Amino acid sequence: MSATEMRYVHAIAQALRDSMDADSDVMLLGEDIAGAGGSFKATRGLLETFGPERVRDTPISEASIVSAAVGAALSGAKPVVEIMFMDFITLAMDALVNQAAKARFMFGGQGSVPMVLRTPHGGGLSAGPQHSQCLEAWLAHVPGLKVVCPSTAQDAYSLLRAAIDDPDPVMFIEHKALYAAKGTVDTDVVAAIGSARIARSGRDVTVVSYGATVAVCLSAAERLALEGIEVEVVDLRTVQPWDRATVLASLARTHRAVIVHEAVQAFGVGAEIAATLADDGFDELDAPVVRVGAPFMPVPFATSLEKAYQVDADAVIAAIRKTLL
Amino acid sequence: MSSRTSLEKPAGAMTGGNTDGPQRLQALYAVMTLIRQVEQALSRLFADGDVPGFIHLSVGQEAVAAGVASALSGADTLATTHRGHGHVLARGIDVEGLFKEIMGKAGGLCQGRGGSMHVADLKLGILGANGIVGAGIPIAVGSAMAHAMQKSGAVAVVFFGDGAMAEGVLHESLNMAALWKLPLLFVCENNGWSEFSPTSQQFAGKLEALAGAFGITHELVDGNDALAVSVAARAAVGDLRAGRGPRVLECVTHRVRGHFEGDPQKYRNADEMTAAANLDPIARARASLLELGAGAADVDALDERAGAMVDAAIAAARADGLPSFANAVQDVYTQQERT
Repeated sequence: MSATEMRYVHAIAQALRDSMDADSDVMLLGEDIAGAGGSFKATRGLLETFGPERVRDTPISEASIVSAAVGAALSGAKPVVEIMFMDFITLAMDALVNQAAKARFMFGGQGSVPMVLRTPHGGGLSAGPQHSQCLEAWLAHVPGLKVVCPSTAQDAYSLLRAAIDDPDPVMFIEHKALYAAKGTVDTDVVAAIGSARIARSGRDVTVVSYGATVAVCLSAAERLALEGIEVEVVDLRTVQPWDRATVLASLARTHRAVIVHEAVQAFGVGAEIAATLADDGFDELDAPVVRVGAPFMPVPFATSLEKAYQVDADAVIAAIRKTLL
Repeated sequence: MSSRTSLEKPAGAMTGGNTDGPQRLQALYAVMTLIRQVEQALSRLFADGDVPGFIHLSVGQEAVAAGVASALSGADTLATTHRGHGHVLARGIDVEGLFKEIMGKAGGLCQGRGGSMHVADLKLGILGANGIVGAGIPIAVGSAMAHAMQKSGAVAVVFFGDGAMAEGVLHESLNMAALWKLPLLFVCENNGWSEFSPTSQQFAGKLEALAGAFGITHELVDGNDALAVSVAARAAVGDLRAGRGPRVLECVTHRVRGHFEGDPQKYRNADEMTAAANLDPIARARASLLELGAGAADVDALDERAGAMVDAAIAAARADGLPSFANAVQDVYTQQERT
C-alpha cells in the first residue's frame, strides 16, 4: 500500500499494525483497546490479528499500566500504552517522570526505555475540565521524554512509526478533534522526530504551531492572503525536541513571529519558543514575538463557554496584525 | 578487577538443584556475609563523608535477599527498593562497580548518576533500585508481561517493604498479575517499619488478606531464616515457571539500622532495637552451619573472602576518578547515528 486517503485515527491504527507486523517485540496495552478496539477506535482489529498477549486490555489502573510499560521496555519489549484522555496522565506521572524519563540516564546509559505513550489531548467536544486538557508542556519540561504532536494523518502515521522505533520514551499526543479528519497517507513516507514542516510558505510573518491549531493557523493565513499578507505556517510536529533550526530560518525570512497553541498560554510551549527567538533570533526580529494560547482557566464544558475559551482564527489574525503594526 | 566473577561460584552452587543441607546454607551464608560486610563498610564510609547523599541499609534483612536470589537464574528480572543493596548483591552485581557508584565515581555501575537508590545492572536483569516507595512493583508487572509475551520462561521478582503496602500501585499490580497469571513473585520484606512509623499505624489491612482478595497464594515465612526463605522462594518460582500465576512471599524480618544512615531513631525504643539485632540471620546461619558439622574455619573463610572483596572494591573506588559531566549531559537520550 502506498498513498491512500484515510482518517487520522485510521492512520494511527495502520501505523500500529505495520509496526507490530515489522517487529514482534511491539505490544499494546491500555484500557478497552483490545475487545472494544479503543475509545476512539485507534486499535480496532488488532486483537484479532495479534492476540491478547500483544494487545492487552488493562484494568483502569493508569499508574500501573504506564509503569508496566516501563518494566516491559526494560525487559526487551516495545510497549505502546494508550491513555484514554491526556488528563489521566496525572495518575501516571511517577511512571513517566521518575521512571521512564530517567532510567537511561540514571542507570548510566546501560539501556533505554523504548516505550510510546499514546494519548489524545484537546477540547472542542464539550468534554469538560477533566477530559479536554493540553498538558504537553509538563512532559516537554522533563529531560528524557520526547513529545510528538502530529497535525495530519500522514504525520500521525509516519511519526507513530518513528516513535515506536525510537529507543527512548516518546509521548505521542493525538487530538480528539482530529481523529475524523481525512488526509492522504503514504505508508512509505518516513518522518523524523524533532523535524518541523513548513505547512504554508509566506514572506511576512512566521506562525509556529502544532497539533489541531495548525489548521486554525492555516485558515487565518488564507484569510490574510486575501489582503496580501503572506503568512508562513510552521508545523512543529515535535514539541520536544523542537526544531529550532527550521523556526529560526523562517524568522530570518519573515522577521516576525507568532506562536499559537491550544494549551494554556502561561508557562506554555510558546513561552519556551518565544524566549529562544528573543535570544537566538534577536537580530532578526522587527517586532515583539506574540503568543496565542488559552486563557489561564480550566477548560469549560458548555459549548458557548468552550468556544470562547478556544484559540480561533480571529485570535491568530489579531496576533499577526499586532506584529505588523 | 571484577569482583563479580568470584561471587558467581556460590550463586551458581545455590541454583544448581537439590543441594540441601550444609552446602546450600553455606552458599546462602556466603551471600549474606558479603551483603553485611558491604553495608558495614558503606556505613563507615558514609560516617567518614566518603558517600554523598543518603543511604538505606538492610542490616538484619540479608536472609531475604540471599534466600530469594537462590531461586533465580538466567534471564529472570528483579526490581527493588531504596533499601536494595542486598538484593542486587545476591543477584551477583559487581561489588567494585557498586562501591564506585555509591561513592560517586566514574566507574560506578551507573556512572555516578544514580547512587545507592538507583543501582541497576540490566545485563543481570536488575531493573533498578528505586527512590519511590512501591514504584518497582508495577515495573516488575511489566517485566513479567514481557517474559510472558516472549515465552522466555523467565520470571520477574519484586522486593518491596511493608511501607509499600499502603501504596495504590501494589493493589493495582496484584490485580493485574492475577488477571493475567503473570510469572511474578511479590516479595514483601516486612520489617515492621514504614520509614519512621510502625506499620501497624500505617496499614489497616493484612497482606495475606489482600493477596487472597485477588486469589493469589500468599506464604508467610521467617525472613531471618535464609534456608526457609530459599525453600519457599524456590517453590514459588517453580510455580511461576509452571505458569500457575503470581505468588506473594511475605518475609518477616527486622530492620537493625535506621530508615537511613544517621537516623537517630528516637521513634524506636531500645528494647525493640536490641531484640531486632539479636535476631541476626547471619549469626543464626553460622550457628546452624556449625551444628550441621561445618568447621568454624570454613565459615570464617567465607567471611574473610567477602571482606577481601570489599576491601579491594573500596581501594579501587577510592582510586577511581570522578564521572564526566559532558558524558552525563549527552546521555539523557540515546545518541542515534545521523543518517
